Amino acid sequence: MTIRLNQKSITIDGNEAAASVAFRTSELAAIYPITPSSNMGELADDWATRHRTNIWGGIPTVVEMQSEGGAIGAVHGGLSAGAICTTFTASQGLLLMIPNMYKIAGELTSFVMHVAARSLATHGLSIFGDHSDIMACRQTGFAILGGTSVQEAHDLAAISTACTLRSRIPFVHFFDGFRTSHELNRVQMLADEDLRGIVRQEWVDAHRNRALTPDKPVLRGTAQNPDTFFQAREACNTFYNQLSAIIPEEMKRFAELTGRSYQAYEYAGDPRADRVVVAMGSGAQTAAETVRYLAERGAKVGCVLVRLYRPFVVDQFVAALPASTKRIAVLDRTKEPGAVGEPLNQDVVAALHEAAQSFDLPMGNMPEVIGGRYGLSSKEFTPAMVKAVLDELAKEHPLRRFTVGINDDVTHLSLAVDNDFDIESPKVVKAMFFGLGADGTVGANKNSIKIIGDETTLHAQGYFVYDSKKSGAMTISHLRFGPEPIKAPYLIRRANFIACHQFEFLEKMDILEAAENGGVFLINAPLAPEDVWGALPVEIQRTIIERHLKLYAIDAGKVARQAGMGGRINTVMQTCFFAISGVLERPEAIAAIKHSIEKTYAKRGEEVVKRNFQAVDKSLENLHAIRVPQTATSQLHQTGFADERMDDFTRRVQSVMMAGKGDLLPVSAFPVDGTWPTGTTRWEKRNIAAEIPVWEPEVCIQCNKCAFVCPHAAIRAKVYEAAQASNAPESFLGVPYKAPDMRGLTYTLQVAPEDCTGCGLCVQVCPAKDRTNPKHKAINLMPQRERRDQERLNYDFFLNIPEVDRSRITRLDAKSSQFLLPLFEYSGACAGCGETPYIKLLSQLFGDRLIIANATGCSSIYGGNLPTTPYTKNRDGRGPAWSNSLFEDNAEFGLGIRLGVLEHMNHARRLLTELGGLLGSQLVDQLLDSPQSTEQQIAEQRQRVKALRQALATIPGNPSVVLAQLADYLVHKSIWIVGGDGWAYDIDYGGLDHVLSLPFDINVLVLDTEVYSNTGGQSSKSTPLAAAAKYASAGKGTAKKDLGLMAMSYRHAYVASVAFGANDNQTVKAFSEAASFHGPSLIIAYSHCIAHGYDLRMGADQQKRAVESGVWPLYRYDPRLVDQGKAPLQLDATVLRGSALDYMQNETRFAMVEKMDSDRFHLLADQAVRNTLQRVALYRELARIVLPQDTAPSPDAAASLDASSASPAIKTGFDGRTNNDGAVKA
Amino acid sequence: MTDMSTTYMGFILNSPIIPGASPLVNNLDVVRRLEDAGAPMLIMHSIFEEQLIKEQVSLNWAMEHADYSNFEASTFLPRPEEFRLGPEEYLRHIWKVKSAVSVPVIASLNGYSAGGWVSYARMIQEAGADGLELNIYDMPIDGQRTAARLEEDSLDIIRAVRNAVTIPLAVKLSPFYTSPVNFARRVAQCDVNAVVLFNRFYQADIDIEELAPMPSLQLSTSDDLLLRIRWTAAMYGHIKSDIAITGGVHTAADAIKGIMAGAGALQMVSALLKQGPRHLTMVHKKMTEWMEQHEYQSLSELQGVMSLARMPRPELHERTNYIHILQNWSRD
Repeated sequence: MTIRLNQKSITIDGNEAAASVAFRTSELAAIYPITPSSNMGELADDWATRHRTNIWGGIPTVVEMQSEGGAIGAVHGGLSAGAICTTFTASQGLLLMIPNMYKIAGELTSFVMHVAARSLATHGLSIFGDHSDIMACRQTGFAILGGTSVQEAHDLAAISTACTLRSRIPFVHFFDGFRTSHELNRVQMLADEDLRGIVRQEWVDAHRNRALTPDKPVLRGTAQNPDTFFQAREACNTFYNQLSAIIPEEMKRFAELTGRSYQAYEYAGDPRADRVVVAMGSGAQTAAETVRYLAERGAKVGCVLVRLYRPFVVDQFVAALPASTKRIAVLDRTKEPGAVGEPLNQDVVAALHEAAQSFDLPMGNMPEVIGGRYGLSSKEFTPAMVKAVLDELAKEHPLRRFTVGINDDVTHLSLAVDNDFDIESPKVVKAMFFGLGADGTVGANKNSIKIIGDETTLHAQGYFVYDSKKSGAMTISHLRFGPEPIKAPYLIRRANFIACHQFEFLEKMDILEAAENGGVFLINAPLAPEDVWGALPVEIQRTIIERHLKLYAIDAGKVARQAGMGGRINTVMQTCFFAISGVLERPEAIAAIKHSIEKTYAKRGEEVVKRNFQAVDKSLENLHAIRVPQTATSQLHQTGFADERMDDFTRRVQSVMMAGKGDLLPVSAFPVDGTWPTGTTRWEKRNIAAEIPVWEPEVCIQCNKCAFVCPHAAIRAKVYEAAQASNAPESFLGVPYKAPDMRGLTYTLQVAPEDCTGCGLCVQVCPAKDRTNPKHKAINLMPQRERRDQERLNYDFFLNIPEVDRSRITRLDAKSSQFLLPLFEYSGACAGCGETPYIKLLSQLFGDRLIIANATGCSSIYGGNLPTTPYTKNRDGRGPAWSNSLFEDNAEFGLGIRLGVLEHMNHARRLLTELGGLLGSQLVDQLLDSPQSTEQQIAEQRQRVKALRQALATIPGNPSVVLAQLADYLVHKSIWIVGGDGWAYDIDYGGLDHVLSLPFDINVLVLDTEVYSNTGGQSSKSTPLAAAAKYASAGKGTAKKDLGLMAMSYRHAYVASVAFGANDNQTVKAFSEAASFHGPSLIIAYSHCIAHGYDLRMGADQQKRAVESGVWPLYRYDPRLVDQGKAPLQLDATVLRGSALDYMQNETRFAMVEKMDSDRFHLLADQAVRNTLQRVALYRELARIVLPQDTAPSPDAAASLDASSASPAIKTGFDGRTNNDGAVKA
Repeated sequence: MTDMSTTYMGFILNSPIIPGASPLVNNLDVVRRLEDAGAPMLIMHSIFEEQLIKEQVSLNWAMEHADYSNFEASTFLPRPEEFRLGPEEYLRHIWKVKSAVSVPVIASLNGYSAGGWVSYARMIQEAGADGLELNIYDMPIDGQRTAARLEEDSLDIIRAVRNAVTIPLAVKLSPFYTSPVNFARRVAQCDVNAVVLFNRFYQADIDIEELAPMPSLQLSTSDDLLLRIRWTAAMYGHIKSDIAITGGVHTAADAIKGIMAGAGALQMVSALLKQGPRHLTMVHKKMTEWMEQHEYQSLSELQGVMSLARMPRPELHERTNYIHILQNWSRD
């Protein structure tokens, strides 16, 4: 045996482990982002940009496509041309590839795709890991091979590559999303030389020789007929038969080369086991470790790790089972409702039956097989759960179908678990860190793992858990360090070291739940050391005393500021961890941190290194051991999330989820279909802002700009009768309203102190300055803590003052729009988010009649990520109804909603006509014909509907009942399709284009951040020239697609380009016009984003720069103007100030390209400046064009044309349009 | 034939009019056109240590401030292996400019920290610059800092840089010293090859409607020359370094005045920004014509003729000039 002993060992995550092999053994990677696999594509793009080579000396071509469907199409083409190709995907992305997977397999094409296995969206979306995606393509003809660990993600990627090239059968190589893809662990890396040994050149040559080429012309993709298709389909059988032998042979050869041995079906445990668990993925590692632990203690238990799922090789699987096997529990990490059993279970049963028919089973009798589900959507799967399964197998009558890891109190399938059961070695140091998203905690912990894993003999493992928010999320880092390899793909349950990096967490969270007796507890406390103990809630004090914890504290924020690190506490807290955890000796640890700082930051400049060094030194000076008294005396108590004002469901279910205890909720707690109540973010009160805006009424000019830009609806304006504030709290402020339209009312600007994120956008846009001290504005940021109680009272009082009657707002503009109740509030969006002000405005303008179809992405995550929902209701119980279908179908989904609503409306109108005699012609005529253009008219229509319902109550018969059910549809509904640029420009552009081509009254809002923000800033076709983005890390070399211009080319669609920071009134105008336009409308909204790389406090200023430089034109294209003899395109920003370069130099996404490659940047930037000027010139010309009135068919005319041609799409009997007053045309 | 050559910073130049530190040298095409127009030397724009540090800190902040904020996006911007965040870009540009022209290329440095002055100066020398102009841009707005302290701090920097590099060194001064001639003498004693008079501080305007400072960049006019002439005339003959004037040199007459006051070289920026490189040729030509008309054979003949030591009625450059003008000034 030739074992290479010089293999390099580094600490990386599963994505990098797989991508490293994929990149080096490919010539072409076609990629598309999807969580949790996006990082593999990012790495491939990054490595290609850095000119890293594959094992044949070439730099692989990495190309981002418009969807996963596009990626696999490009791969299929590349393979047909004889290139060695790869791609990376997960979940719904894998499903989009399925059609082409049949083709690739059918053509016997060598290819490996790497999948970070993830749940499929069903009753809800989940980004987390299970096997439902890979199971959904088990029928495609691909081999499916998956590992149990980070090391296996690396090794099986290589083995898959060898096998596919040798066998010609394409492979899905998978590993568990997040649990493996994002776990950091030490990996023995395969060198290029190893890979060249594993992947034989003759196979590569053979693959190339099968290329389509005119030099040896052949034809593929024929259409075959009943006479031949069947036989031809069977012709591939021998290749699959051979594969079952090839895989073990290549695994053996791999072992000879590397010393790491794998089997397609590998047994662990007692060789005489009678109870055996079968599992695949990371859960199999947990099962294997557990059975080893139990077997060492005398239990007759075992585990078969299934690595090869397709083809399922019967004899090899059966051979892996001990002859003593009597009972088997098959664990599936997927759910197949209605099936006899889950897929792996079915395969095991079928395999045993098949074996029994073919040869004598080693165990004599057919073992009894039961099957269970575990770990859906990364639900924890622990040794205790494995033991529960083994215990179930030991019962006389085990459940034939079960679940483990949840409490199923409805169908009673779940197994009881003894959570005290633990198999972890006492030699392992287990540390948990509670941090705030983006405070640097996770980054520092990753760094610590690398320091220990790469530079000491210790093994290290890290896994990171976040809550559902984008801003102010709580992060929990789980770190293990030990002398042996760490095989524990589950969270820490007992920790020797706990650090709380945010003092506020102690108020609500059970931070010390996992603290082990005698452990260390480190707190970042903004207090003097002598004040720390007294500031702890009594519950925390008690736990510290009872568990004999050693308590340390540091004011990390202060130390970080002193070191010139702003408020970033990562280096400070990392130093403290090393200083007191005892994982390494202190001097050795500090030297290692400094070495690591140099390694990480040297490329970002000496100054950055210097400041980090200062932070290390000052941390040690400011870290204090806190004396723990013998009794807990604090008067402070932890406050939970439950509130007596909550409704039953919110209190019983959502407050538990808010407290991070959702795992404890039983099945019965949940809606059966994923339907969820709205309006629950208001219960969270996250208190994440260190500073909040404080209003100075004397300085304020009551412009409401602050409220307009607030991404979280946390600063609000209201006008009301003075008497309504007669019992206001003493500190509640109100002043006479200054504008003439509602003279006599009182005006209040109020902050929601516990919901504000402290982004500072409001203060930045405030135009009112104190004339004697211009530093002071009408709102100023002040510390939150000391104002929290007072402002909480004020805000509660403010909320109870009724909003001004909407019909009193006669002139709708940016200012007046802020007197309308926001029905989108306190979302989990990033602090300073540039998208949410648009959604909030949408909810203010049309919220009580709004339906949103939301594409997957940031807006669906902050819009609908549990535990709470930001869309809410008004006092009448009305508010936005919202749904997310998929990423790739949102335009079509929204159109379907439009058509469904239209059908209900037409149905109601027909019934109204039918029942007209009984209802009275005046009411019926008014209901049918009254305009609904203004708030007043809508209010009147609602009154008429109310009267209709009263009248219907007295009319017997089915039509009356049905009309009562549909009556609300007589009030116009505003249907909006919302999504980001990745959705609109790329993955669903075809759908969007089609929807815009139709005449239906539908509105589209594109929140354009110019990247795939949600998955981490990958380039889209909206990404501007010269901007660095993931998948375009050298700076995008092509210009942004002009979506608006493309939509205008239909000429019957309303199109607007808006940027609230530059012109908020134009934004409001565009929203109103789009809503009133009775055809398709498209609004493209500039949305600043953290992926642009600057302080989002300046977001509105930067929007202004974008507009003034011509980079982002403001316009409205209104087809209605054609009939008025006017140019349909109106430019709303006509004067250029500054150049595109001025705008670009303020954002890191551009600036970093200059810092990477100045020549390239200037080339691209010059082109960007030229493009901008050319586009401005083009739009100026277009804005001068007055179209002849008969050349641009109105939506009405367009629909008539469609109707007359009886297009199948709209042949269903309704005409699909409303007239200018909102009523349906007869 | 009039001899227009001069000696400046140890270089013999065939013209005294040098394009001063400005963004003109950013563009290699312009650099070549400047040489073609007769530039005898090129002075690069300043490398600002403070700005480099700010860039490093800002870029690092922008790169990592949103890291690991949620499950789906661990980072939001690509992580290139290499950034040119130090002075590398500047140093590379020195090399590019040097490769593009045959005249001496002087780099310019505006330091911020004690270490920065020396380390950047060394790097500039290693990058191949023919000389270095130190831009002492120290705004004395700290009320605790005495004039003496401020001068000593500047001299410490100059000495440190002088010890660190061997290439010719010029020091660009501010006009705001209590005793400019004395200070210039002390600067010159630090083995400095030239002093450059004077830095023009950017002065923000005030927006009276918005109650905000308003960044403004005012190009110089010939009026700015008078201050330089006065102090050049005062220093000439009293300091051992060359003197260059920067600020207000727009026309041939301006240049002649500068030389007469005692400058060995004249740096021109605003006029070139406004008129382009060919302006250099024109000024040189007109200057030569004037000298021919006035029978000056060489620049050295002209240099210093109107210095305080040699000019008739030097008191007009002293306090009496002020008194005289005030006495003769009236609203009519």
